[in-house]
Amino acid sequence: MHPEHRSRPVLHLVLGSASMIEVQGLRKYFGSVAAVREVSFAALDGQITGLLGPNGAGKSTTLRILSTLLEPDAGGGRIDSLDLRADPLGVRRLIGVLPHSSGVYPNLSGRENIDYFGRLQGLDRGTIARRSRELVELLEMGDFVERRAKGYSQGQRLKVAIARALVHSPRNVVLDEPTNGLDVMATRALRSLLRRLRDEGHCVLFSSHVMQEVATLCDAVVIIAHGIVVARGTPDQIRARSGAESLEDAFVAAIGSAEGLQ
Amino acid sequence: MRALVIVWLKEMRENLRDRRTLLSALVIGPLFGPVMFALMIGLLLEKTVSEADEKVVLAVTGSARAPNLMRFLEEHDVAIQAVAFDLEKARIAIRNGRHEAILIVPADYPQRLRDGLPAPVQLVSDSADNRAGKYVARIRALLSAYSSQLASSRLLARGINAEVIRPLAVDEVDVSTPAGRALLVLGMMTYFILFAMLMGGLYLAIDATAGERERGSLEPLLTIPAARSQLIYGKILATCCFMLLSLAITLTAFTVGVKLVPLESLGMSANFGPGVALRVFSVAVPFALLGASLMTVVASFTRTYKEAQGYLTLVLLIPTLPIVFAGLYSLRPSNWLMAVPSLSQHLLMTGLIRDEPLPALQIAISVLTTLAAGLILAWIAGRLYEREAILG
Repeated sequence: MHPEHRSRPVLHLVLGSASMIEVQGLRKYFGSVAAVREVSFAALDGQITGLLGPNGAGKSTTLRILSTLLEPDAGGGRIDSLDLRADPLGVRRLIGVLPHSSGVYPNLSGRENIDYFGRLQGLDRGTIARRSRELVELLEMGDFVERRAKGYSQGQRLKVAIARALVHSPRNVVLDEPTNGLDVMATRALRSLLRRLRDEGHCVLFSSHVMQEVATLCDAVVIIAHGIVVARGTPDQIRARSGAESLEDAFVAAIGSAEGLQ
Repeated sequence: MRALVIVWLKEMRENLRDRRTLLSALVIGPLFGPVMFALMIGLLLEKTVSEADEKVVLAVTGSARAPNLMRFLEEHDVAIQAVAFDLEKARIAIRNGRHEAILIVPADYPQRLRDGLPAPVQLVSDSADNRAGKYVARIRALLSAYSSQLASSRLLARGINAEVIRPLAVDEVDVSTPAGRALLVLGMMTYFILFAMLMGGLYLAIDATAGERERGSLEPLLTIPAARSQLIYGKILATCCFMLLSLAITLTAFTVGVKLVPLESLGMSANFGPGVALRVFSVAVPFALLGASLMTVVASFTRTYKEAQGYLTLVLLIPTLPIVFAGLYSLRPSNWLMAVPSLSQHLLMTGLIRDEPLPALQIAISVLTTLAAGLILAWIAGRLYEREAILG
């Protein structure tokens, strides 16, 4: 393994220990297949952090480890002050997760889908009603939220899934390729939601393989390839460091170097 | 506990809205048994009634050679139809199904009869033909009655009392109660009842596991701050509720159905009022947990809705195995057999329908072993959901 990736301090781009999502030295194998080899990064409050990488780079596995769905073979991390391994239930309370596959229950209405997760999160009826009202307004779901989810479009389903993930007002929001398969309007709505969450001081971490999306939205970027973090920093820093004109060239350069590592 | 209840309530609400689940849980499963039952009783009734009234027609070759025998048969409601078949032709006629039995009186019949030698007659029939069986048995009985009548008159002619050739007087006493006789038909009810229960929970078990994974709603659910086992226990509980709902409908349908069928005309009486239905319900309740947990465990291993459906259809057959086994070996209830789930329910329900006393110990063994098996399987289901592989 390249010594640079091991020796570089995780929090080199943040001040002190204000980071809200932090993982260090993550490794995860499925049988003999390495999904994640060496992933360390931190995502801060009040920032949108993009986890960028080609398909199969280990993004989903990393996010699943963060949301305590998977346990890493090595390494660990914490959300706010809670350790992923020591207190998985506590960690789950602190994060809102939009997994890669986010189906909704077709025989429940959009609102019932949201309420179900609100109750599972342990919220009382009043809080659920208030949060659900806010989210319906925020995500412009008013004209379909009372209907059964059976006939929803993909964009409508995603809005319900996001509202469901945010019903307990989590400090940290983790989204796995949230814009996949969305049309232009739905993508715009999602972007403005993520910016709003950032402006409210949330820690937003999302994965994507779309360069433009990451470039326009993110305050910080973590580039991952073959299960290894190959570059970290603000988009400008990454560009500057690789000497590339655009983030895309930097991305290609970073992945290329990763392949050279093998 | 809180998560368990929330999941349970949501699964109930969601599945009460699902047309496919409702159809299989509340209509197909519960009514399959009673409808089959009604059909079988109907056929049985029709058969019995027609058998009693029907005048038997017997094809006879060479009827002119045995006028006395023919008169005897006609006196006993047998219509003689004269045909001219040799053995080979008779064989073909039976095989074609044109006749159910053919009696051949050979040419030497009158002479041998006169000489006091055994006079041959040939009764041609197909013993593999069940429908003809009773008919042939009746002809055979008449022939042997005629034979012993002749023997008696021969002995009398020689001054010997015919009683000497009747050393045994067999008197058959049938001790089966009317309810016991009805068991032949009612016995199938126990399987229909267990089948209806499993059908009731089938789609819910699939939907809550493979369905949830295929829809992509499982992963979000698992990010909830609650123990995964609680989530799956909630689903199993909802499956149990649907199974019990299905059971209640089945038993209601049977109670009503049994009243409508004229069982008494078959010489049976069905001991199946609301009281028995309630007791049958009670002994079947533990099977709900076992069935729900078993289906949930099996469905948890499958990737898709279709795959789960395929495997669970096989699970529907599992309760038949002990019942078939019990039928083949005519097993009587014992403490040991009560430790076999599905067989113990079958034996207990059968006992209730037969109106036999059930030892409290046997009921206790059945309830406890079935509940224990159900709890173990529920625990296994919980463990399966703790595995990372459950994400697929």
